[in-house]
Amino acid sequence: MDSLVARYTRPAYEEEGQSHQDQQELSRAGPELSLKFALPPVAQSASWLRAMTDDYSNPNCPIKIAHGTTTLAFRFKGGIIVATDSRATAGNWIASQTVKKVIEINNCLLGTMAGGAADCQYWLAFLGMQCRLHELRHKRRISVAAASKILANLVYSYKGMGLSMGTMCAGVTPQEGPALYYIDSDGTRLAGNLFCVGSGQTFAYGVLDAQYSYDLSDEDALELGRRSILAATHRDAYSGGSINLYHVKEDGWVKHGFNDTNPIFWETKLNKGEFSNVTSELV
Amino acid sequence: MEVLLGITGKDFTIIAASKAAMRGATILKASDDKTRALNPHTLMAFSGEAGDTVQFAEFIQANVQLYSMRNGMELSPAATANFVRGELARALRSRRPYTVNLILGGYDTITDKPTLYWIDYLASCAPVPYAAHGYAQYYCLSLLDKHHHPDISFDQGMKILRMCTEELKRRLPIDFKGVIVKVITKDGIREQEYEDDVKVVVP
Repeated sequence: MDSLVARYTRPAYEEEGQSHQDQQELSRAGPELSLKFALPPVAQSASWLRAMTDDYSNPNCPIKIAHGTTTLAFRFKGGIIVATDSRATAGNWIASQTVKKVIEINNCLLGTMAGGAADCQYWLAFLGMQCRLHELRHKRRISVAAASKILANLVYSYKGMGLSMGTMCAGVTPQEGPALYYIDSDGTRLAGNLFCVGSGQTFAYGVLDAQYSYDLSDEDALELGRRSILAATHRDAYSGGSINLYHVKEDGWVKHGFNDTNPIFWETKLNKGEFSNVTSELV
Repeated sequence: MEVLLGITGKDFTIIAASKAAMRGATILKASDDKTRALNPHTLMAFSGEAGDTVQFAEFIQANVQLYSMRNGMELSPAATANFVRGELARALRSRRPYTVNLILGGYDTITDKPTLYWIDYLASCAPVPYAAHGYAQYYCLSLLDKHHHPDISFDQGMKILRMCTEELKRRLPIDFKGVIVKVITKDGIREQEYEDDVKVVVP
């Protein structure tokens, strides 16, 4: 018992000078918890999953995975803007209009979800856990590069098994400053200034690219993020619901609301005269 | 990856069509003109199945011109659009339909208004303030939703078109070799100089 108590009551500073082996041990990001999932009792579980879920080739497939999204994030001089819609669809069915597609990993790090809702929710929660463990082990917050790499390596280890996710990690750390990474289930991991992910990505890119500049003011950047998501929710059937807006700054992220798109659309149309193809005339 | 764009404004209609003629993985020609003038105030831009496109466009062109000769008057853009739609709908129910998507820009000299019609190979026809076909729809419609207003000047129209083509250059994976731009006003159809070698960077 004493030895047990002794082991767990060491003062924290003793950990500061770690041996090489300890450090190796600590930086091992591998999951400690068991990740032995129950798999279907067939030889090729991946192709079986595909057969069960491929809505495109078989509209009567028994499992419809929640898909379809618009998410965007961009870096600018005032930090990072992260914005998403909030619709989840399963086939043609709108499963929810109030999904939180921004995962608050910690008070300086955000993740966005696009693709399979369950995959994203699960693995970003898992990432959040790994980030917290990293924090506890190393007594400092994880870098965005490292966090994104944990996720990238994780999804890569499941490559070909049917994971479907396109995510972005955005955060500010003292080492890196504002950093933005794109990670998808192919195993791609890219650092960049501007990404849009999901079925509505092209519509968001259209609005965003035209007015994006690194020197945007905070207000303009937030408005551009909001307007880009609005554009996508207007044109993409699989995006909609509300606009979820975040601003990541040096001292952590700030939430700028979860607002229904419908009043925002009519406000934009009527006050600014945009969306001029939407008329009340019958043709 | 053919690009067709149309924008109307206060007193003009701009039509832009990509210059690349593609077959499989090859660009056969980098200065292709995917438009035909049907009469002095109506211009048709087309994309779709190789062969069908020009065949259909010239068939329509010949018939609209025949109408002018027989009746000594121009068919209005609205009438032309409905004629084109009708021919497409008839062909659709035949043994070999035309797989052609169209944008029909015009200037109605009677009502003194620019017109634009969006027509697809299934013979949908809709009057619109701005239009796009193909992948351009995905990138440009959101842009036009934001920046287009019904009474814009020609310079503003060209500015919006520039935003569209720059976005396509930035994000489309295949080079479409720039666009040919034509403008329809009350004075008729003219080709507009358009600088294509502007450098765009992906942010």
